[in-house]
Amino acid sequence: MTRFVRVLLILLVILGMSSAAAPGLAQGDNVLIMARAADTTGLDPHTQTAFASFRLLELIYEPLVTSDADLNIVPALAESWEFSDDAMTLTMHLRQGVTFHDGSDFNAEDVVASFERILDENTGAATRANFLSIESIDTPDDYTVVFNLSQPDVPILGAMSSLNAAIMSSEMIATGDPANEAIGTGPFILDEWIPEEVTTLTANPDWWGEGPYVDGIEMRVIPDEASILAALRAGEIDFALLNDPLVATLITEDSGIVLNRAPAIAYHVLQLNAAREPLDRLEVRQAISCAIDRQEVLDTAALGQGRVTGPLTTPAYRVPLEDLFCYQRDLNRARELMAAAGLEEGFTLPMIVASAEPPTAIAEAQSIQAQLAEINITVEIETMELSVYVDRWLAADFDSAVALNGGRVDPYTMYARYWTRDGNLNTVAGYIDDTLDELMARGRTETDPDARYEIFAEFQRHLTEMAPWIWLYTDYEYTAQQPYVTGFIPMPTDSLYYLSQVRIER
Amino acid sequence: MFRYLAQRLIAFLPTLLGISILVFLAIRLVPGDAIVAMLGTEAGMLTQTQRDALEAYFGLDKPPLEQYVSWLGNVVQGNLGFSVRHGAPVLDVILRRFPVTVELAILAMIIALAIGLPVGVLSAVRHNSVIDLAGRLFALIGLAMPNFLLGTLIIYVLSVYFSVLPNAGNYVGIADDPLRNLGQVLFPAMTLGFSFSASVMRTTRSAMLEVMGEDYIRTARSKGLREWRVVVRHALRNALIPVVTIAGVEMGYLLGGTVIVEEIFSLPGIGRLALNAILQRDYALVQGVTLFIALNFVLINLIVDVLYTLIDPRVSYVRKG
Repeated sequence: MTRFVRVLLILLVILGMSSAAAPGLAQGDNVLIMARAADTTGLDPHTQTAFASFRLLELIYEPLVTSDADLNIVPALAESWEFSDDAMTLTMHLRQGVTFHDGSDFNAEDVVASFERILDENTGAATRANFLSIESIDTPDDYTVVFNLSQPDVPILGAMSSLNAAIMSSEMIATGDPANEAIGTGPFILDEWIPEEVTTLTANPDWWGEGPYVDGIEMRVIPDEASILAALRAGEIDFALLNDPLVATLITEDSGIVLNRAPAIAYHVLQLNAAREPLDRLEVRQAISCAIDRQEVLDTAALGQGRVTGPLTTPAYRVPLEDLFCYQRDLNRARELMAAAGLEEGFTLPMIVASAEPPTAIAEAQSIQAQLAEINITVEIETMELSVYVDRWLAADFDSAVALNGGRVDPYTMYARYWTRDGNLNTVAGYIDDTLDELMARGRTETDPDARYEIFAEFQRHLTEMAPWIWLYTDYEYTAQQPYVTGFIPMPTDSLYYLSQVRIER
Repeated sequence: MFRYLAQRLIAFLPTLLGISILVFLAIRLVPGDAIVAMLGTEAGMLTQTQRDALEAYFGLDKPPLEQYVSWLGNVVQGNLGFSVRHGAPVLDVILRRFPVTVELAILAMIIALAIGLPVGVLSAVRHNSVIDLAGRLFALIGLAMPNFLLGTLIIYVLSVYFSVLPNAGNYVGIADDPLRNLGQVLFPAMTLGFSFSASVMRTTRSAMLEVMGEDYIRTARSKGLREWRVVVRHALRNALIPVVTIAGVEMGYLLGGTVIVEEIFSLPGIGRLALNAILQRDYALVQGVTLFIALNFVLINLIVDVLYTLIDPRVSYVRKG
């Protein structure tokens, strides 16, 4: 037996020598150790759309403008901007003295190269669809960029605040490899990305803003959120991103861990496919809308952590919920509507759900299933892996779908894809009418904020009355931190940009 | 003997080929391609030209048969392809992760045998005694307790009551810091080893019970040998064959990665690598990892066969006469 043990020990030693060297951790007292469950899926800010990638790349790359905690557009690489009165040109005045992580200067040439890259179909940038109105870009001087538009396009400013419109250096676009290196202007510089393990960042000493106040960030992947919580409790990590409200709510006040929550702009929704029978009948969709108590879905699926929402989720465009169709559950009315459609006997409604995406998806579907049973609708829940779900969703191959869809700062950018006749995802939305199309067109060109609010209030009232989708609720974006971490501002977009303001004060 | 090994290895080639075809087809027949996996719902915002550009980037623009043949051609030359998602050759990605899995598997196996063998032997020797009952109860718990429960319990106890968590997403290789590494791998290995020790215990017990009734045991006893010598030298050695068999199978599984335990304890092993490769539709990586795991199984099987000859001299693969 002892010989056996000796052989095993030798094996272990050999194994150890062959194992790859650990990453050069920038371990120090002033390095923020953070953890999250999902990892970056790629480094190219123009083609990455996964939230997990945004969380890393928004520390490295910056767009021309960004949004603050109240979702107002604020300066980033552009110091100021103005639309012409007819909203046909947008002029950006760039920040001076900004350098990229490789030391090169940031100027108008980089902005032009970046937008040309986004608009180039070979790049495969999904956000290209938001910038199609750009006809040409002029650069009167090194720090002024003029976007000439083919039609009035107010929402383009909001679209520019996306990380997908981040500015890369023109040299990198010409000769670099954006899929495998990251050279931006942001507060942190990428040292190393080991997929599914750890990403190390160091502070950018030449960043134009105030900060960063930490020397670097070590971003670890801990795939199980319960284990992230355990790591926080054990004091192994300083900061964490959490997705699952059931895990986040386990953090109580006496645990010594600080839970931050910001109301999210992403929304939970039950999508009905109005192109399919019997959902093509207005009464049926309205009956479903009247039969669902949205608060109950929120309470059962997410322990009430969130708020019931209409179609638009940004504070600036919210309307009072009582103005929206059937936001109070009304079973009698639901039954009358079913009867009007000749469907008192009910029908079977298949519903696709992605497992664990969001973590509450199945619970939401089950709550809806129980509620719709009361008007004789039998919901058949089909649970599937995320990519399979997305595949069917994109093909509009479903009767109904429980979804968590991303919100945008601007209502037009948020919904043009669904509720305009030529929207890329209008078939997925499954419904369109002239009123929606026209309201969206007006919202795109209107520059006066009050008039714009009225247009989108009308849009929401009409949309909920037509009930192609049943908007349910928005929840929170959660982060958690040790009490000695200060200065972080939680964002409705879940952005980590404000890690640039974080201090560690043990 | 070597002739036998060579024959066995050659016989495995069609198996590996079959597996590679099966995996190649399966991953492509599942709905949702690499583009959907990367872009999610935003994939719907692409124009056809954009889609084509991304397909070319992921190497999906060629017909499947051509993809397979060129992949196979590369594999024969030792090149498992390139993982677009990791930005590195598939073999490098696998070899970076494999030591974690090997270490975990070996440690789990040691724990399982260290618990399972003695308890099994004791249970058989003291058949129907209190010790036997306790041993069987232990086996029942071990078999019934799923890994995710035991693993979560361990993490809960460590972090809440002791405020420690050896691995908080900062795995270090055994060469860099052997002590810390051992601390990180020990608890997941215990999780895996505990449930497997139960099967080892049960197999050992029943094999021992059978052997203890044999004539040669009575002979050994009547020769006046001490009881422990009878048990260890005569009975246990003959009872080991089924134990080695299940240990071999288990080792194959362990080397294929243990997704749940790796997830809970955040170990960057082969299991998580394979899972994420599938979720991200990283075709080259899925094919590479599967082939690698299959090869492991094959090799473990061979090792088990060789072990038989060491344990039981009657088993021989050398052609007689």
